[in-house]
Amino acid sequence: MGQSEYLLEMLDITKEFPGVKALKGVTLQIRPHEIHALVGENGAGKSTISKCLMGIYTPTSGKIIFDGEERTNYTIKEAMAFGVSMIHQELSPVRDRSIMSNMFLGREPMTKYGTIDWKKMVEEAKKWLKQVELEVDPRTRMADLSVAQMQMVEIARAISTNAKLIIMDEPTSALTEREVEQLFKIMRKLRSEGTSMVYISHKLDEIYKITDRISVFRDGEYIGTEDSDKLPLDRMIQMMVGREVKDMFPKVQCKIGEPFLEVEDLSHSKFFKNVSFDVRRGEIFGIAGLVGAGRTEVIETIFGILGKSGGVVKLAGKEVNIRNSRDAIKSGMALLTEERRHNGIFPILDIRFNTTVANLQGYINKFGLIDKKKIKEDTDEYIRMIGVKTPSATQLIQYLSGGNQQKVLVARWLLTQPEIIFLDEPTRGIDVGAKSEIHKLIGKLASQGKCVVMISSELPEIMGMSDRIMVMREGEVTGILDNTTNVSQEMLMEYASGVRNDYQ
Amino acid sequence: MANSKQIKQTISKYGIVFALIGMIIIISIIRPQFLSYGNILNVMTQSSIYGIMALGVTLIIIAKGIDLSLGSMVAFSGLVLASLSQVGGAAGKMYPNLPELPLVLAILATLAVGAFMGSISGFFVAKTHIPAFIATLGMTTIVRGAALIYSGGKPITNLKPSLLALGGNIGIIPVPVIIYAVMILLTWVLLNYTRFGSDAFAIGGNIHAAEVSGVNIAKAQILVFAFGGVMCAVAATVFAGRVQSVHPGAAVGYELTAIAATTIGGTSQSGGIGTVWGAVVGALVLGVLRNGMTLMGIDAYWQQIAEGAIIIGAVVIDMRKHAGKK
Ligand SMILES: Nc1ncnc2c1ncn2[C@@H]1O[C@H](COP(=O)(O)OP(=O)(O)OP(=O)(O)O)[C@@H](O)[C@H]1O
Ligand SMILES: [Mg+2]
Repeated sequence: MGQSEYLLEMLDITKEFPGVKALKGVTLQIRPHEIHALVGENGAGKSTISKCLMGIYTPTSGKIIFDGEERTNYTIKEAMAFGVSMIHQELSPVRDRSIMSNMFLGREPMTKYGTIDWKKMVEEAKKWLKQVELEVDPRTRMADLSVAQMQMVEIARAISTNAKLIIMDEPTSALTEREVEQLFKIMRKLRSEGTSMVYISHKLDEIYKITDRISVFRDGEYIGTEDSDKLPLDRMIQMMVGREVKDMFPKVQCKIGEPFLEVEDLSHSKFFKNVSFDVRRGEIFGIAGLVGAGRTEVIETIFGILGKSGGVVKLAGKEVNIRNSRDAIKSGMALLTEERRHNGIFPILDIRFNTTVANLQGYINKFGLIDKKKIKEDTDEYIRMIGVKTPSATQLIQYLSGGNQQKVLVARWLLTQPEIIFLDEPTRGIDVGAKSEIHKLIGKLASQGKCVVMISSELPEIMGMSDRIMVMREGEVTGILDNTTNVSQEMLMEYASGVRNDYQ
Repeated sequence: MANSKQIKQTISKYGIVFALIGMIIIISIIRPQFLSYGNILNVMTQSSIYGIMALGVTLIIIAKGIDLSLGSMVAFSGLVLASLSQVGGAAGKMYPNLPELPLVLAILATLAVGAFMGSISGFFVAKTHIPAFIATLGMTTIVRGAALIYSGGKPITNLKPSLLALGGNIGIIPVPVIIYAVMILLTWVLLNYTRFGSDAFAIGGNIHAAEVSGVNIAKAQILVFAFGGVMCAVAATVFAGRVQSVHPGAAVGYELTAIAATTIGGTSQSGGIGTVWGAVVGALVLGVLRNGMTLMGIDAYWQQIAEGAIIIGAVVIDMRKHAGKK
């Protein structure tokens, strides 16, 4: 067998699901020692081809050659054995088990008596966690970690298998810059040791920073492969979308009105203290900060999911007592949560249900019955408006690509017609084209006099969209800035890391 | 091509219906009298009691619960109904001084008792977060004990003709079948067209997402279990009408048949998936099976083994439909 140029060749791969042709004869060729970007819009088939390689799906047709051998009809275990490992886009940790149990699930180190060697497991886990610079005890429960920390555990798990090829399906969507840098450091080290990586991401700047070559998919089709340094950004976007995308941040200046939401000295016994800010009608209020700064917790407290230990929340000048999400929704709030799978989607229910569940009251007719026809119409309208890619509105949401699931959740909250909407990482995992669409929707809400509070770990997004930016660090506000041209990424990072603090 | 795929999908979706039809064909070839009008009504009447219970437990299982105390609840609510509907002046009457109540009132009281018992389980699940399995396991013996205390351990007999009429026929149609049909319709509307049903799906589908979406989880859980109790009370009414007396040890193990019917009909124990028609077809599968085996003269002990095998087989097929590779 002649030595091939490639570590992996996936040739003419087709994958059909009932009613959906997810891959239509695509090609993916990965060289040894390379970091290979795989880009494309939501639903292009990136996760599907990854799962085909990993043995989670069996391709309908096509050829897979790995390490010089053709591989057909194999299981996940066999894929791991011949040297493939994967960081999954959708985290699904066993939340009540420890970090190490999650890392070594299904491949626990054994003693010579055939029982699990816990001591070895702790050591091994510690070693790999150290690699990703996650300073936590491997016996910590998964549920006690932040999303970013869970992501780092997932990365540690993937590299701990000593694979020849690691597929990374949107590993950075839950990470902030600092952790992304950490990941890149690890990736460079792995590459120098001979590992290849497939890197999937919607953050296009990252693609240029870390990858050697880029393959583009569109709608289940293979568009092409280029060297990263020879493919300019606008050309890559054009290959992905099939048209030009201008205006990533279509921020229109809206008339800013009266303060609508006022938060005074809000505190939580564990996560943050004395947080005060107000949001005005027509305003987009950005919240920046590092992972663990308490941003999510602040808005979950306002929304009544977490209990406050002190402080006051006012809406339109009146103090409100919001004890749970029902109170919050009734008083005109909406919350797009950060963890899509944990408390966002209802995976086994259809798109219609997922779109309308928070607005059910709006569909109950005078007989107390649900108006299914109106649900159907509204769902159809919204999935068209937001551009959810699906064969039908009765598809179960678990069968949508990650980005399309996120769009359904955006639709869910728009449908409640909120006065104030909290968006926790609203464009996580969403492709360039759709991102600009969602930004447009956010802008439109503001122009209708609604309030928008947006948490984002992507500084360009925060700076591109917000009227004002609040920065938090370790549970405290370090600054609230007017988003003028004076504000720079460096400046926000200084507030986020505590170098600057206006409240000292 | 696409056509054959569609056929495949239809078969997998309605597999249990095809299984039912297949059973009917086989049985009626071996025992043609199976298809007689009288026998068909007989099967439906016999299915109606656990069929009604299956409707209740379908909702509970959709909301990711389970209720093991259904049988005990049938016994207890049946005793309440019987004690309120004894013939005036009969010997050994439980409430000798009770003036004769209209049957409607007695039934309403029974339904209220059913709702109350169910909501106790619901309360524990919702407020203490103990697993439904444990809460209702406890309720199974508590309610059975309460039934024994209430009746003094003796059956209650001498029931009013109006109650017995509920076990009879209107024209040629058995009243239990009519009651069953009404309950099917009611449950179907509740499950598909009300907030109550939607909340059950939301809780079973993802309880964390339900919470963020504004579902009142505790209330919904209590209501779902209360509904299960109400369906037990309805089943008890049919039971009293047909058996013409209620014994405190009645309906032991009925919950298992009801849960089996629900499960055969495709309601998933992991919550969020289930249909009313599935529960009905599941109940009919068990009814046809029992009747057919009896007609064929199969030994009662062997019947139990066959029934168990069918339940396991149905679930295995169903799981493959939901969680196959590819
Ligand atoms: N199990 C499934 N059943 C049915 N359709 C599916 C299934 N998995 C994926 N699809 C469909 O296949 C297409 C490709 O999905 P895939 O998840 O690969 O997209 P992606 O490129 O990873 O998108 P994203 O950037 O949003 O993660 C989508 O249209 C999706 O709806
Ligand atoms: Mg994907």
